[in-house]
Amino acid sequence: MNLLAIVDFSVVEIFAARSGWSGFFTLSTLVVTIAATIRLATPFVIASVGESVGQRSGVLNLGVDGVMLLGAFGAYYTTLETGSPWLGLAVGTGVGAVMGLVYAFITVTLHAQQGISGIGIYLFGLGMSDLLFRQLVGTPKPIGGFEGLFEFSVPETRFDVAYPDLYNHSILVYMAFLLVPAVTLLVNRTTFGMNVRAVGETPEAADSLGVSVTRTRYSTIIIANSLAGVAGAALALEKGIFIQNITNGMGFIAVALVYFGAWRPIGVMAGSLLFGLVNALVLQWKTLGIISGATAQLAEMAPAAVTIIALVVVTNRIGQPSALTQPFRRGAH
Amino acid sequence: MPANSLQSQSQPESQSESPSPPSPYLLEMRGITKQFPGVLANDRVDFNVKAGEVHTLLGENGAGKSTLMNVLYGLHQPDEGEVRMNGEQLSISSPSDAIARGIGMVHQHFMLVPTLTVTENVALGLKSDRRPLTDLPTVEKRITELSQAYGLQVDPNAYVWQLAVGERQRVEILKALYREVSLLVLDEPTAVLTPQEVEELIAVLRQLATDGRGLVFISHKLHEVMSVSDRITVLRDGHVSGETTPAETSREQLAQMMVGRPVKLVPDKPEVDVGEVKLVIKDLEVEGDRGNLAVNGISLEVLAGEIFGLAGVSGNGQRELAQAIAGLREAKSGTVSIDGTDVTNAHPSSVRKAGLSYVPEERMRDGVVSGFSVSENMMLLSRRESEFARFGFMRFGAIKEHSSNLVDRFAVKTPNIDTPTRNLSGGNIQKLILARELSSSPKVILAAQPTRGVDIGAAEYINEQLAKQKANGCATLLVSEDLDEVLALADRIGVIYEGRLMDVIDAKTATPHQLGLLMAGVAKAA
Repeated sequence: MNLLAIVDFSVVEIFAARSGWSGFFTLSTLVVTIAATIRLATPFVIASVGESVGQRSGVLNLGVDGVMLLGAFGAYYTTLETGSPWLGLAVGTGVGAVMGLVYAFITVTLHAQQGISGIGIYLFGLGMSDLLFRQLVGTPKPIGGFEGLFEFSVPETRFDVAYPDLYNHSILVYMAFLLVPAVTLLVNRTTFGMNVRAVGETPEAADSLGVSVTRTRYSTIIIANSLAGVAGAALALEKGIFIQNITNGMGFIAVALVYFGAWRPIGVMAGSLLFGLVNALVLQWKTLGIISGATAQLAEMAPAAVTIIALVVVTNRIGQPSALTQPFRRGAH
Repeated sequence: MPANSLQSQSQPESQSESPSPPSPYLLEMRGITKQFPGVLANDRVDFNVKAGEVHTLLGENGAGKSTLMNVLYGLHQPDEGEVRMNGEQLSISSPSDAIARGIGMVHQHFMLVPTLTVTENVALGLKSDRRPLTDLPTVEKRITELSQAYGLQVDPNAYVWQLAVGERQRVEILKALYREVSLLVLDEPTAVLTPQEVEELIAVLRQLATDGRGLVFISHKLHEVMSVSDRITVLRDGHVSGETTPAETSREQLAQMMVGRPVKLVPDKPEVDVGEVKLVIKDLEVEGDRGNLAVNGISLEVLAGEIFGLAGVSGNGQRELAQAIAGLREAKSGTVSIDGTDVTNAHPSSVRKAGLSYVPEERMRDGVVSGFSVSENMMLLSRRESEFARFGFMRFGAIKEHSSNLVDRFAVKTPNIDTPTRNLSGGNIQKLILARELSSSPKVILAAQPTRGVDIGAAEYINEQLAKQKANGCATLLVSEDLDEVLALADRIGVIYEGRLMDVIDAKTATPHQLGLLMAGVAKAA
């Protein structure tokens, strides 16, 4: 099962109505592409904006993907049992927060190597989500009652009538993009944000002024992992299904996007949109029959290839927090 | 005005706690003992400060000054002893406790966040009136007031990474003043300043003391200690070896109290007839780590039997220049030649073959392999010589004999030659490097910061060795931030500023004032 096959059934349906290059060069296809881009970028925006907060405080979490899987399963199972996607979203967030607490304990309190610990978190999330799914659910059962609740309607205009795809997204899409200004404000304009920046850059200096490095990093790690949980929940709720390894490495891409966006929410968002666009185009060209067979298989590598190329080209390390991945011990030099 | 607010702050505390007569001291540290694995860093140390005085804490590296101050600032917990402020016993378990008690510290390695502005750095850790948002305009206003009151000029909106070293120090002092400290500790505050900046700093410190604060001044530069202090406490090997005042003592006496034996502060400068040119640097340009032009067209010559001192505030291209000479950094243009051989961008081994010995600035990183034994580090240069290796196999008998000889000759204090080098003190590691570098009878010595962080006794020895090599006809380029050292050792002094050689002066006529102006980039003042 690959990422593209499960991405967005509605998009596939719309694309399927047309075919070939002639279908590609139309205004309605453009609108659908933009809509798909935004929708596909959503989990990346949530996860990577969250991870950027953690990294600004000097903590790298390679386990984002594992936390997303646990968040996805938590949200899926809760919704399946209760029928409420809102409750599912809450549980997904909570699972992320708990994983954040665990990761903070390992890396901040126990001073463990962040790279290795993050891989541990990933493997735990990958295995545990699958185990729970098999034990509690067994065979994939779709969760319903989702479209109606999350549909976002805007006042009716002529444009709206013509291209409702542009903004008829689930409420999660809007929440994800609102995170960008919210986190920017948090980091740049609040005392907490100033502490985060100081702790990520020069933890000794922050500590010498009475800013608790431990408390600040616990907070940012919990925020980052909660949002990873939300990203996983968003994925499962959008699809209305859970399967093994549903993220297919999206969490790792999210970590890469933080570097791509130079640790700024707006940059991270731009990266997510670029990634969403590449995904949408590949999906669309396949559906329109522009590419097929072996070419189509090859094209599925495009998102990963674009990420690597973008990261190589945009080697802007200026925004990198100096203390990233470095545990802090008072009095140690 | 700040002094009043301090008194009103402290009085209720002292009344509530102690019925005994008010203490004459602002700060009292009694019987502080702190044991680290293998080292007794503080051994029943008593130290006190009165309001309105500058009390100097003097001692060698490892004498226990930093440990004592880290105990005061809550970075270490003492094993024994007590700390009192205004007679009231305190338990300080973190820097925020210390700040809450009115204790401020200017650390030797500045505690500033380079990517934040001056105002943000000051505001860090403070409660904001506009929580959860920051309230930077209010902080900025107060910074401006404080900097005017004490002559600490700095742009509140500048990012700290944009500031020069002297300005960063002002930010550190402003940080403490903003928190209305009654006791301010300054750890080696003059180490990175030009003589003029030191004078300005001392004036600020005197004013702070006059306003009723207590100041702790930590330094090992004896003439500064003599000029700034009201009282001086000397630490040696973790305990107090004496307390005195500048009026009652002299620099020689202070040095003796620090080391425990008489020390020759100014080394003999042998008169040597200079010979031919040994080191020629011509129009050298070298890029720094960030692609900037760190060395910007330097030309100089060093003659046989001469020590050429290169003075300057650190970060003005000294490191890049030294690395380019030693073949460790690419020269962008220009030439370097040693004893007539062009070694521009040559491999380090070719540079050494041409006759260079290199005493690097980062001795733990570039000078020794810290996990190797003393004997292995001694052999790093001559490892391929047939005397010590045959068919690539080391001849341990010969190696052992050679290393033992060098350890004896250069007075390296080590349990034995198989001891891991990282277990040696800074001074002894430097002696080891010197032993290795000088035993190859070099034609040119490049010594970068040879005595920085080294105890007085070892520094005295290192300086003697450099003088001896000079008498042997060696050409020495001595790169140092320590003006006293440059003045004492060098025959000619060049000053480097922003990658350019400002001027070259005969050491006989040079004055610290004149060199200080050049170090600050003021061209030929006369």
